Amino acid sequence: MPEVVSHPDEVKLLSKRFGMGATDIDRYMELGGYQSLRKAIENGPEWVINEMKASGLRGRGGAGFPTGMKWSFVPKQSDRSKYVLVNGDESEPGTCKDHMIFLHDPHSIIEGTIIAGLAIGSKMGFIYLRGEYRYLIQIMEKAIEQCYAKGILGKNIMGLGFDYDCISHTGAGAYEVGEESALMESLEGKRGVPRIKPPFPAVVGLYGGPTVINNAETIASVAPILEMGGAEYAKIGTERNGGTRLFGISGHVNKPGVYELPMGYNLKKMIYEVAGGIRGGKKLKAVVPGGSSCPVLKADEIDVGMDFDQMGKAGTMLGSAGVVVIDETVCMVEFALRTIKFYQHESCGWCIPCREGTDWLKKTLTRFHAGGGVAKDIDNIKYLAENMLGRTFCPLGDAAAMPTIGFIKKFRDEFEAHLDGRPCPYLHVKRPVGELVSV
Amino acid sequence: MADVSFTVDGKKLTAPAGTLLIEACRAAGIEIPAFCYYPGLSLQAACRMCVVRIEKMPKLQTACTTPVAEGMIVATETPEIAQARKSTIELLLGNHPLDCPVCDAGGECELQDMTFKYGAAESNYTEIKQHREEQQWSPVVFFDRPRCILCYRCIRMCGEGMDVWALGVQNRGVSSVIAPNGQDHLDCEECGMCIDACPVGALTSGTYRYKTRPWEMNHVATVCTHCGDGCTTTLGVRRSDDGSEIVRGDNRDKSGINGDFLCIKGRYAFDFANHEDRLSKPMIRENGRLKEVSWEVALDFAGKRLRTIRDAHGGKAIGVIGSNRTTNEENYLLQKFARTVLQTNNIDHHRTADYVSFVRALAGRSDRTASLRDTSTAPAILLLGNDPTEQHPALAWNIRSNVRLNKARLYVANSNPIKLTRQAKASIEIPQDGYAAFISYLAGDNNALTLPEAAADFRAALTKEENLLIVFGSEYRGRDIEALVKFGLSLPNAKFAALGDYVNSRGASDMGLLPDLLPGYVPVANAGQFATEYAGLPTEPGLDLVEMFDAAAAGNLGALYVVGSNPVARYGVHPDTLKNTFIVVQDMFLTETAAVADVVLPIANLYEKAGSVTNTYGDQQMVKKAGDRAGVRTDFELIVRLADRMGYNPQGLVPFGKGLRADSGQSRGAQSGEADRHAVWLTAHDVEPKVSPFNPFATLDEIARLVPGYGVSRLNLLAGNDVATKLPTAIPELATRKDLVFPSVDTLFTSGTLGRYSAKLNEVMESHEPAETAAD
Amino acid sequence: MSAVANTIFSPELAARFDKLVTIYPVRRSALIPMLLYAQDEIGAVNDAVVSECALRVGISELEVRNVISYYSLLHTKPHGRFHVQVCTNISCMLRGGYEMLDHCKERLGIDNKETTADGLFSLEEVECIGACCWAPAVQVNYAFYDNLTPEKMDAVLESYKDGSYKKDGVK
Repeated sequence: MPEVVSHPDEVKLLSKRFGMGATDIDRYMELGGYQSLRKAIENGPEWVINEMKASGLRGRGGAGFPTGMKWSFVPKQSDRSKYVLVNGDESEPGTCKDHMIFLHDPHSIIEGTIIAGLAIGSKMGFIYLRGEYRYLIQIMEKAIEQCYAKGILGKNIMGLGFDYDCISHTGAGAYEVGEESALMESLEGKRGVPRIKPPFPAVVGLYGGPTVINNAETIASVAPILEMGGAEYAKIGTERNGGTRLFGISGHVNKPGVYELPMGYNLKKMIYEVAGGIRGGKKLKAVVPGGSSCPVLKADEIDVGMDFDQMGKAGTMLGSAGVVVIDETVCMVEFALRTIKFYQHESCGWCIPCREGTDWLKKTLTRFHAGGGVAKDIDNIKYLAENMLGRTFCPLGDAAAMPTIGFIKKFRDEFEAHLDGRPCPYLHVKRPVGELVSV
Repeated sequence: MADVSFTVDGKKLTAPAGTLLIEACRAAGIEIPAFCYYPGLSLQAACRMCVVRIEKMPKLQTACTTPVAEGMIVATETPEIAQARKSTIELLLGNHPLDCPVCDAGGECELQDMTFKYGAAESNYTEIKQHREEQQWSPVVFFDRPRCILCYRCIRMCGEGMDVWALGVQNRGVSSVIAPNGQDHLDCEECGMCIDACPVGALTSGTYRYKTRPWEMNHVATVCTHCGDGCTTTLGVRRSDDGSEIVRGDNRDKSGINGDFLCIKGRYAFDFANHEDRLSKPMIRENGRLKEVSWEVALDFAGKRLRTIRDAHGGKAIGVIGSNRTTNEENYLLQKFARTVLQTNNIDHHRTADYVSFVRALAGRSDRTASLRDTSTAPAILLLGNDPTEQHPALAWNIRSNVRLNKARLYVANSNPIKLTRQAKASIEIPQDGYAAFISYLAGDNNALTLPEAAADFRAALTKEENLLIVFGSEYRGRDIEALVKFGLSLPNAKFAALGDYVNSRGASDMGLLPDLLPGYVPVANAGQFATEYAGLPTEPGLDLVEMFDAAAAGNLGALYVVGSNPVARYGVHPDTLKNTFIVVQDMFLTETAAVADVVLPIANLYEKAGSVTNTYGDQQMVKKAGDRAGVRTDFELIVRLADRMGYNPQGLVPFGKGLRADSGQSRGAQSGEADRHAVWLTAHDVEPKVSPFNPFATLDEIARLVPGYGVSRLNLLAGNDVATKLPTAIPELATRKDLVFPSVDTLFTSGTLGRYSAKLNEVMESHEPAETAAD
Repeated sequence: MSAVANTIFSPELAARFDKLVTIYPVRRSALIPMLLYAQDEIGAVNDAVVSECALRVGISELEVRNVISYYSLLHTKPHGRFHVQVCTNISCMLRGGYEMLDHCKERLGIDNKETTADGLFSLEEVECIGACCWAPAVQVNYAFYDNLTPEKMDAVLESYKDGSYKKDGVK
């Protein structure tokens, strides 16, 4: 069972009920749950959207689009049913924050879903979880059942005259489904291949109806925002990056875990203070700051605030806030290879640059890491990645290209060390497994 | 929609708002490359070849998914764009086998062309290419996986275009693969549209693969000889030992009346021409057995016997049966020969639709006949009877496309649950004997027949249509057609199309292969201009086909001249009843009819000659000579030669200039098609091409001059366009006329007697038989 | 009685599927959950599963196969009774994911994507399973095991051998 960690710097909005038995609806309500929903129904859709806009909440899936604005794009009048879709297909390597929400506070997702539905005029919401999260789906199903039994879902919610239905839905293993339109395809029982945009989901989404699709963490932020007020929420964190974020810190730190910290929290501090520093007293080599698709930062580049804008300035991204910490024992070529292997495995295959590009990157890096590299491979890897960047059908191609370019740019020396048939300099490093060395 | 103005590569362009950039550019002559984009099919944005730079957009944009907008500024060829395309091609070539020298698509491959253009010649990878064995998916479709670039055209063509949905994409990422519905084989209509759509050599044709190179063939676009739709099929022709062999059929230039479409028969069923049983020597019966003789002997024998019989018993003792697959010129010539040389009106053909009643019912409303082209644009279509998916595949394609792309409203009434009901806005199943009554119902008689409740809505919606196109099958004949047309004319702007079965069924009827009607449905009894043109034209209606065989059985038919028809099999005629009749048969094969003949003359088929045909909608088109076979002759030539041998001056049949032996010499072998081009040239210079008695263009002139409705633009026709003929004006009521319509009930895989000689059609039919039948 | 005559599924699962196709705005939405639950019961999405699911959601078998082959969790050939899925993606790799995979290979005596002779275990190297902060992590069927050490892993495997493994609602 994933451990609940804590640190004094944490600001617990989403995680305040973690480890407190809030999967049970009574306990959830005891801890203040569904009060925001009541408030929302009483104050109406416009108030909700205004609060959301005031909060400055930006999508937690990775793209960072302002949530309130997204909701306001949904046409008020529509011939087709509107839907709310919760993206719980959490699959970005280095990311397990939604895992924690689903495990400890499933009702916060339901509450956010209903509120989003109210805001856009939808009557039905779907909570999509990746197939691997079967035990979390069961928790979610039970929570939804409890809601129907308690009158939180169904007709006339809380006696306030608002109707809403919600279904949890399982995926079956596909990273690409995390892309919003691919997720809609998947939910419609199809291959998880993204759709052509425009039209955007807010206009033509699930089943052709206007749809709001938000990351699970975004949706879980809704109730806390309405509870404290959007303006108050915006005060947490940094400018245009209001609120808190669930940072999942993994890799070579002493205290890995999911920490809720204000947006803009210093990365260096996060690694050395919150997560307890590098395990085994080793030296830090690099950090992938926001899930595997974000360009790597070198050890001397981490004195930077973790929000969308500062990360952008640092030449990388906040992404899904999965901080992967890499110590000096790691071969960056191998790390790059493992990263690209993932994108090659997960490319949906729809468009040529991503389908073929990820495969050639994988093939070339595999040979390269095994000692079969030649000098022009390094430039060719970069050439491949640069020619994928911005040219693929969906962002998966970028997600593969960006870190690859970053690895070459920042660790070219490590690539060069593999040339001329020389074996990987890190081959002798047998990685200890798990907590053996975490002291 | 309103036009918007935008700039592409510095050129100011305008196009209706909503037009896709790629289409707007192509219309202005700016070619944007694309693998996955295919006009009329759903958008994919998958190949990324059509990327362009649009000002104010952060990334390159796909022209195939971007609608033009006011003020948009676009660049389609910059170093950045060329690099993007080049790298895409490099990625494709990374695993694409470079077996271009043997690949069917070599020379016609879009990937090759793009590689040539963007120069992705370097190889950056040392990894070996993934090889996969070629798979045979059906008798006509082979799949070579490594060549596939996953443009998904085949999937959409099969699904959206054909409504068959037999292809899908399986696995993901670099393992993605096009997969057939039967796991290791295709269960489909075998149309081969997937092959046509494939930009590379991944899908190849079972008839053509590894046979030759595209540049070693002549490509002749002519009209398919099978159903009554009259599609253009492009035949790839190669020199062979005994002529020139057709090795491929496809829809290469897509310029025909059929647009993108071609069915299995148009694509593969040209192979009857190469069948081993094909006759190539004339035969006459001696001592009860057919014996090969020279042309000289055979023609002499036939001509003299026919002349003797005519002179002894009169023209009434001779019958003539024509063909649904010979050209208009041949059919015209045949009836002229019958009526002037043989002096008989005993002429008929296998009728598959009652065009006579249709013409009568329309009474000269020639603005109300529909071209095949109309079926792809009409806002509403009523389909009565027939099963176009099986019998008129191009019509079915047009209807499907029209519904899909233009949101046309299709109404279907049929006694069977035909496939096109899937596209129908409303469909209704009516009893097999209820077609006539159904018209009464539509016309307002609620008690005409018992129908499901939905019928009321069907009728209500239908009668509101202001531009209805009514397409009806051979279920409607005689008085029923009159009632149908009367109902149709009560709706504003309704148009009609009557469905007959073969490539020139309409032409045979229009050209007067009928005992009571001359070309253009002019009654023999009131022949008008024909009376002066046709010396000695008998004015009594002759015997129809059934009466001819009755007469033969009664010993009253001295001779029977059958051109390209197999009535003995079709009408189940007992050979004994013909034993007192002298029979001359012109055919490609020793059919049941040829087998009882006294003279058998081997002929060229529709792919081996020039002339015109008229599809069932009345669209006249030129056919061109593609293949050739040593030993055979055209029906046209043989009719002229028979007349000659009967002592008739051929000049009375064909208005030619230079004498009987003056064959233009340009209609065979490597120069095939030369006569056609020559004719085009002559026409363009206002000269009538009357160069030879065997040149059908002289007769084409005569048809245009004499046959009502056929006075069409000759230049247009010769340029390869389809030209709508007009219906003649009112024809009088014909006393106690029998329609004699005998539908062939062909399927997608059959085509009358001819179909039996297509090895490919037979192979496909066998492959479609359920495996269990052996155990029954 | 199930909506499908001669269903290949247990009465409970058939009843669940009968309901599943009704809760979405379109039947086809039930396809992916249906395939996954069917696989849990039957052991693989074999031809019979494909046929019945196609019938239940009203699409062609080809379309069902197109979908199945897209998703990593769906498989047409049966795995071992306990499918050991070792994550080796970056966070797990950093904390010994590959070494864990090697350990499992050695303990089970099989290679990646193989099944033990007794059919009890199969092994697969998988992509990120969303347990990055508790790496290295392994899933056996749907059950998560995280913060693993070779010793812990041995105990996990042992629990499946002797039947004492955690059965909290998952397969």
